[in-house]
Amino acid sequence: MSGDWPLWEVFVRTKGGLSHRHVGSVHAPDAQLALAHARDTYTRRMEGVSLWVVESKEINASDPDQAGELFEPAENKIYRHPTFYDIPDEVKHI
Amino acid sequence: MTAPDAARTDYLLRLGDDSLILGQRLSEWCGHAPALEVDLSLANVALDLVGQATLLLGEAGDADKLAFHRDVLDFRNCLLVEQPNGDFAQTTARQLLFSTWQHMLLQRLESSEDRFLVEFASKAVKEVAYHRELASEWAIRLGDGTDESARRMADGLDWCWRFIPELFDVDESLQSLMDSGIAADPRQFEEEYRSAISAVLSEAKLEAPADQRPILGGRSGHHTEHLGHILAPMQYLQRTYPDAKW
Repeated sequence: MSGDWPLWEVFVRTKGGLSHRHVGSVHAPDAQLALAHARDTYTRRMEGVSLWVVESKEINASDPDQAGELFEPAENKIYRHPTFYDIPDEVKHI
Repeated sequence: MTAPDAARTDYLLRLGDDSLILGQRLSEWCGHAPALEVDLSLANVALDLVGQATLLLGEAGDADKLAFHRDVLDFRNCLLVEQPNGDFAQTTARQLLFSTWQHMLLQRLESSEDRFLVEFASKAVKEVAYHRELASEWAIRLGDGTDESARRMADGLDWCWRFIPELFDVDESLQSLMDSGIAADPRQFEEEYRSAISAVLSEAKLEAPADQRPILGGRSGHHTEHLGHILAPMQYLQRTYPDAKW
């Protein structure tokens, strides 16, 4: 039965969490039951205050074969991190 | 025990046994549901119900003794909840008919004169709202699904339909508690119940079964043959090794 159902990715916003985080996936015939299944599968121990589900096929993913050209160039550009400034002691809240 | 106390205990047993027996029934699905996700859903509902039974039977006396040391004639649950699981559609029909009733009852018990019942109802009503929602969603999908799922859903409703009148029956014991403002009068929401069920069935493109000869008796201990078969595995350990602890 569940083999006939599409797969849905589940995102949960936890208590005190600011954004939804991917926690896993469920099978369900439609969005409403996907939310029910996500609730019963991933929020049983009071983890969640908000749920998102999105059909897995709707997610566009980057190609792992392109990981080199996509991500490696960022690795040797340390000047993009603001680590070269001296912060005066008087400045607070940084 | 004074008469009002006896009626109150009887009421707690009725509500507690409803939850206990349906919880036990639903847990029979564990590992057998049509999909892993549905397995979890049914187990969640079962656990909610067993939790309710623990509170209600604990208020009536010793919850473990009441659950494991009573025989069929002493159980006070309605006949609907002891009906066999059948297929998933029959289980869904039973859940729709029971959870809708239980939800409406708990909403009224939130303004009972009895402090325990008020506290219990305000906690349980949220659980049961979800049970009702889930059962309604499944009834709609099965009824408005394939020819086979629609047929199975209709058969499931047909099986359960004759046990509805018992949910709205008022006997002497219940009447005395209604008079003192402790129990809720189910007849006050029978019309609301019938129209809520009709609304789900019409969305599910299903016909309501014709009213059949009502079957009553659960509230006074006259059960169908199915209850004994539920109690046997449920009570086996405590019956074989009385007061065993783990």
